[in-house]
Amino acid sequence: MKKWKYLTMTAVVGSALFLAACGSNEAGEKETDTNKGTETNTGSETTNNEVAQLTGSVSGDGSSTVAPITEALVEIYEEEQPEVRVSSGVSGTGGGFEKFIAGETDFSNASRPIKDEEKAKLAEAGIDYTEFLLAYDGLTVVINPENTWATELTVEQLQQIWVEDGTTKKWSDIDPSWPAEEILFYSPGTDSGTYDYFDEVILDGADLVKSAELSEDDNVLVTGVAGDKNAIGFFGYAYYLENTDKLTAVKVNGVEPNSETIEKGEYSPLSRPLFVYAKNSALKDNEAFYNFMEFTLKNAGDMAGEVGYVRLPDAMYEEGLKTLEGLK
Amino acid sequence: MRYIDDSVVMKRMKTRLNKNKSWKALFLTGTLFALLCLVILLVRIVTQGIGYLDWDFITSFASRSPERAGIKAALIGSIYMMCIIAPVSMILGVSTAIYLEEYAKKNKINDFIRMNISNLAGVPSIVFGLLGLTIFVRALALGKSLLAAGFTMSLLILPVIIVAAQEAIRAVPKEQREASYGMGATKWQTITRVVLPAAIPGILTGSILALSRAIGETAPLVVIGIPVILRFLPDSLLSEFTALPMQIYDWAKRPQEEFLYVASAGIIILMLFLVIMNSIAIFIRNKFSKRY
Repeated sequence: MKKWKYLTMTAVVGSALFLAACGSNEAGEKETDTNKGTETNTGSETTNNEVAQLTGSVSGDGSSTVAPITEALVEIYEEEQPEVRVSSGVSGTGGGFEKFIAGETDFSNASRPIKDEEKAKLAEAGIDYTEFLLAYDGLTVVINPENTWATELTVEQLQQIWVEDGTTKKWSDIDPSWPAEEILFYSPGTDSGTYDYFDEVILDGADLVKSAELSEDDNVLVTGVAGDKNAIGFFGYAYYLENTDKLTAVKVNGVEPNSETIEKGEYSPLSRPLFVYAKNSALKDNEAFYNFMEFTLKNAGDMAGEVGYVRLPDAMYEEGLKTLEGLK
Repeated sequence: MRYIDDSVVMKRMKTRLNKNKSWKALFLTGTLFALLCLVILLVRIVTQGIGYLDWDFITSFASRSPERAGIKAALIGSIYMMCIIAPVSMILGVSTAIYLEEYAKKNKINDFIRMNISNLAGVPSIVFGLLGLTIFVRALALGKSLLAAGFTMSLLILPVIIVAAQEAIRAVPKEQREASYGMGATKWQTITRVVLPAAIPGILTGSILALSRAIGETAPLVVIGIPVILRFLPDSLLSEFTALPMQIYDWAKRPQEEFLYVASAGIIILMLFLVIMNSIAIFIRNKFSKRY
């Protein structure tokens, strides 16, 4: 009987300590948070003349390609509005839209334009939305550095390489002067906007080669292509930029992907815009969200550059801001 | 009359001894192989992550630059989630086990329930994620909150806890129960004062394993839609949050190689969290196993 009491007591004391630990943690964090807030308030006067301090929460989801930009934006936004709680998931473009349609998010990041079926579902759910452009990305086709033959490909050749035709593909099938070795394919997963975009501009609706290895984690693709002479893959420009020593970027129609060719649109058709879709009703009702979107459009260019994407011409951000103003 | 022919035994002795040795060698290799894998994994993670592991890493939020990236939101989120999962799953799990072992009659319906609980323990975690999304996030409108995630994770580990608790309760000798009844104790008294205290070590062992699984699971959280990018701490049960495995997964996917090291630092934190949690539970368990 005493033993049983001892157990209850241990359990009670144990959980009390546990909860107390959680509690004090929270108190500690809040303190540091407010400290941060005051620090930045004194520091950021140069960039901003006294903005009203807002409270509220903003939630988003969507493309993992766009996520680094959002993360950077949320980070610097905290300095301006420490009380606004912005959160964003990274479920992929398709997964993000599903949540957007279910009304669970205020904004949805996308690395491709919204699809018709998604539009229809949004209309059905009664959700009005507006599309904003955030930055450019150059969808980069990469090969192993030991591959010296396929450094330049035309769109037709890319199509020939990537479309499923029921045969096992060898490099020599594309050009007889190339080695007769089997091509290994690495592609982003089907829920990603990167895949959808490639599907649209290169595959043109045809099926992707069945032997392709699909992965939601782009680093798996990098490792795969870097590890085999006969491999070919594609993904966002940022991943190529971080691995230039391990990979060779294919010149598409003779144009090499770099920040200049991507911004000017010369790297066509694989230069693509990155989007954020905002819920109109939330822009109207949630002052914090409007403020965050305004902040996003003002700073997306700088942040995009910082995390490996290419900024839009300033006029396009201006245009976005004008559209946003009309939705207030 | 001799039943055993020594010469035959001696003849076979060598092969038998050799057989014994080879089996022993096989089992030893098995153990060593598992250990070796663990060591390689640990060494790799620690050497990669140690450079990024400092007090700032624990006390700051995630960042776009690997040097400034921290794990605060995820660590606190995981601790809070544990505060929900542990009581919910253990209270529900142990109650269910007591009912099934002590009260439920042996009939077809109860057999069916038992069988289903065992089967549930083998259901992939992503399925529980979908269940959580449908019931807690959408139907009960809890949103992508601590509470929704905590409940989903509790459901995920509930079958494991029930099965472990059932085994532990069943292992209590019948004589102890009968002695208790013999002294005039009621059923409830017998359960709380004889059966449960004797079963506590077993129940805790199962629960520790189950809770460790909950803390490391990513799939259900991904399905529920727990955010990764956030710079605030949960302030209520309905607040959004992020958890350690989500944050680690997100870092591991980044293009910059440095984020892989940051992810390793995150894994070290996750492992320390697990070790601390397990030590507390083992400490409590040992306290009780000494008494019976």
